[in-house]
Amino acid sequence: MMQSRDEMSLSGRIAYLACMTGLACVAGYLEMLLPFHLMGIPGVKLGIANVVTLIVLYSSGRGSAFFVMISRVLLVGLMFGSLYSIVYGLAGGTLSLLVMICLKHFDLFTITGVSAAGGTFHNIGQLIAALAMLSGFNPVFYFPLLTFSGMLSGILTGMLAAMILQRTGSFLGVFKWNDDNNEERV
Amino acid sequence: MRKYINRNDIILIIVLSVFSALFTIYLFTVTQHGYKVLVYVDGQLTGEYPLDTDTEVTIMGYNGGNNVMSISNGRVRMSEASCPDRLCIHQGSISRAGQSIVCLPNRVILRIDGKETLDYDAVSG
Repeated sequence: MMQSRDEMSLSGRIAYLACMTGLACVAGYLEMLLPFHLMGIPGVKLGIANVVTLIVLYSSGRGSAFFVMISRVLLVGLMFGSLYSIVYGLAGGTLSLLVMICLKHFDLFTITGVSAAGGTFHNIGQLIAALAMLSGFNPVFYFPLLTFSGMLSGILTGMLAAMILQRTGSFLGVFKWNDDNNEERV
Repeated sequence: MRKYINRNDIILIIVLSVFSALFTIYLFTVTQHGYKVLVYVDGQLTGEYPLDTDTEVTIMGYNGGNNVMSISNGRVRMSEASCPDRLCIHQGSISRAGQSIVCLPNRVILRIDGKETLDYDAVSG
């Protein structure tokens, strides 16, 4: 039983975050199945898993969003990917989520704008990881393609997340708890 | 559509676009035209070709695979590859110092060398 809207039981939180992590893993796996190579660069993709991160960020807060993002990257990487996909995923996901949390904090932008910046910085984070890990070839020339594709996919996933939150907001509002004084409603 | 995006979002998207466009312009003005292409197979340097002479070279890759590299008008591209995904062909042609084409299945890297190469690793830390 729920005590109040803001105080959810610990087991309720665990179950909710586990469901969201599962959903994010399925989204991440589906994306790996789609061969989508733009101009010969593997890694330009829609970022459906980011929709789940956005929904958790807006429904439950930044701590939960970080938990779901890191669990998703680790689980998908261990099950279907490689060590490299974990490193790239963590670099991109962490930078993107930090930027999205900052922009959400200002309360000026809708989910679409927050997600557009998040998508751009996701790819910048991956580019930084590639610069640090690859020696001998220079990925910096992919910068324009990566930022613009990240922005475009961020806009699309942001709109998708906004539509989902609009339709399920009253339900997901139950899963809102006070882990970061999250006041605004979706 | 209108309720999913507001004016601030559009300003943010424009600002991000302008910054990445500026960095792109900077990137392509600061790098120079390369003068030779280095061919690496499995990490070993196997050949050097000047960019100003048009040629077509077959590269014997790792594990029996092979790629055909062609140089024309100072630009390098992969024109044929034995690998199934052909990502190296889709990467198009390159001409600037520091740019590269990678074929992972055959472990072939084409890298353009300038007179003085820029070290981005030092810049990005």
